[in-house]
Amino acid sequence: MFKWLEKNLPKIVMAPAVGLIGWFVYGFVLWTLYISFTNSKILPKYELWGVGQYVKLWASRKWLISVDNLLIFTALFLIFCIVIGIILAIFLDQKIRAEGVLRTIYLYPMALSFIVTGTAWKWILNPTLGIQKMFIDWGFENFTFDWLVNREMAIYTIVIAGVWQSAGFVMALFLAGLRSVEDEIVKAAKIDGAGLFTVYWKILLPMMRPVFFTSFVILVHISIKSYDLIVALTQGGPGISTTMPALFMTQAAFHKSQVGLSAASAMMMFMAVAAVIIPYLYSELRRENAR
Amino acid sequence: MQDNLQSSSYKELEQKSKYTNMFLRWFLYFVLILFASYFIFPLYVMVVTSLKTMEEIRQGTLLTWPSSLNFDSWLVAWGGRGYGAGDTFLRPYFWNSIKMVVPAVFFSTFIGAMTGYVLTKWRFKGDQWVFLFLLFGCFIPFQAILLPMARTLGTLGISNSVVGLVLVHTVYGIPFTTLFFRNYYISVPTELVKAARIDGAGFFKIFFKILLPISAPIIVVTVIWQFTQIWNDFLFGSTFSFGEAAPIQVALNNMVLSSTSVKEYNVDMASAIIAGIPTLIVYVLAGKYFIRGLTSGAVKG
Repeated sequence: MFKWLEKNLPKIVMAPAVGLIGWFVYGFVLWTLYISFTNSKILPKYELWGVGQYVKLWASRKWLISVDNLLIFTALFLIFCIVIGIILAIFLDQKIRAEGVLRTIYLYPMALSFIVTGTAWKWILNPTLGIQKMFIDWGFENFTFDWLVNREMAIYTIVIAGVWQSAGFVMALFLAGLRSVEDEIVKAAKIDGAGLFTVYWKILLPMMRPVFFTSFVILVHISIKSYDLIVALTQGGPGISTTMPALFMTQAAFHKSQVGLSAASAMMMFMAVAAVIIPYLYSELRRENAR
Repeated sequence: MQDNLQSSSYKELEQKSKYTNMFLRWFLYFVLILFASYFIFPLYVMVVTSLKTMEEIRQGTLLTWPSSLNFDSWLVAWGGRGYGAGDTFLRPYFWNSIKMVVPAVFFSTFIGAMTGYVLTKWRFKGDQWVFLFLLFGCFIPFQAILLPMARTLGTLGISNSVVGLVLVHTVYGIPFTTLFFRNYYISVPTELVKAARIDGAGFFKIFFKILLPISAPIIVVTVIWQFTQIWNDFLFGSTFSFGEAAPIQVALNNMVLSSTSVKEYNVDMASAIIAGIPTLIVYVLAGKYFIRGLTSGAVKG
């Protein structure tokens, strides 16, 4: 008995982690998957109902708006975060004075919650006392900036706040990537007569492919899960103009008693994340095994 | 030293004329400072707004400096106005968050350390699959587990309680803490462990005598990561708790959204700063570890 215990001790120690994740992650996802095939309303029902919830979901105007918003947000969020992140990383890589201070400033938003970020930006962007008033008081009398309360533009306020929160993080990833390149490579290129621009554009940035990939995956992941920022900034409004899948899911589940429909929307989100993550994990593992 | 760095960077640009270099240099600093202002602007606005009276806020602009350092809004945000019902303030929720964060960080870090230790130093057939199995938990969108989690907490009788949130944050922290410790321990030479085993040291002795003493950096990274994630969480907090058991982010959101009477932006901003200050302090004091955690584990939204 004691011998057996001693031999299997490592596995026993690991059991809680495996058990908890097995139950709370895999078990729960399967449960949600099952419920998405039932006609559950306020409480879960267990008779199968087919794909009705998915049909309902993709016929719902609110869901389609959510998906549209998600696509707009993800595209802009990705582009701005990566472009700003790369510019800041390359510029900071030029032996800048006070680099530490600048880096700290670029990255501190990552330490804040999206609720804090959303609260701050909501105040800054509010049309009566925020940025709009600032410009009017400065003498630009016809200046209007009412994106926060404008159906067409409100989604872009979420982009502004989201980029503010996450661009510094991309900067940190790229700076770490640039710093890990051997000096010799850059020196050799310069001896061959390459200018600084060429060195970055033709040599260093192409070497950063894994960093691009990582940033892409993390940013897409953040955007699919965006929830807090929208709740704090617009609550999905004006109307439903800034709703997104994560918001759709929680509202259907906890406010509208559409448990089956919310499970279906959660599974769509799950599949979207899986489509990005599985290739990523696969390539990461291959890289690790090759090492 | 500084001058040396400066001159060598000029050499790097040697093909261009001196004036172009000067111009480029200025341009570089201009862009960097421009972005720094974009990043610092909201923090500046939050701080000055929280120090103004509502009258000053209506008269000035976002950038106007407050006429005096007036911490009234901070006191209201923290302790309320003392008129009883309907008076919401952050103090009790701040403590809720502390009571939630401390045990959740401790348990998830401990479990992650143990699991990472087994996965690297007591390897067995198929251990990479176990790692992958756990790792996938980092990526799932939590919407896919919200419904069953709400039911489970109800069944266990711990919904709408700090205990429930501790459980939730511990469980969903395990994939990250395991990832951190596994990646750290894998670089510790296995020979050390093998030698200790030959000397007759057991499973726990090896962990406490050999690995734990060299684990300080990764423990700091993990604790900071978990602390920031759990302190800043809103999804779990708002789904599984309400009223008096809510953590601070939920309370902040409720305070800001409550549509009672006149909007007091100064109190809102003071509240936001109070909710953000613990993680900001950690970031300023231990930025290096914060960033290390971020770059090796930032997959959670």
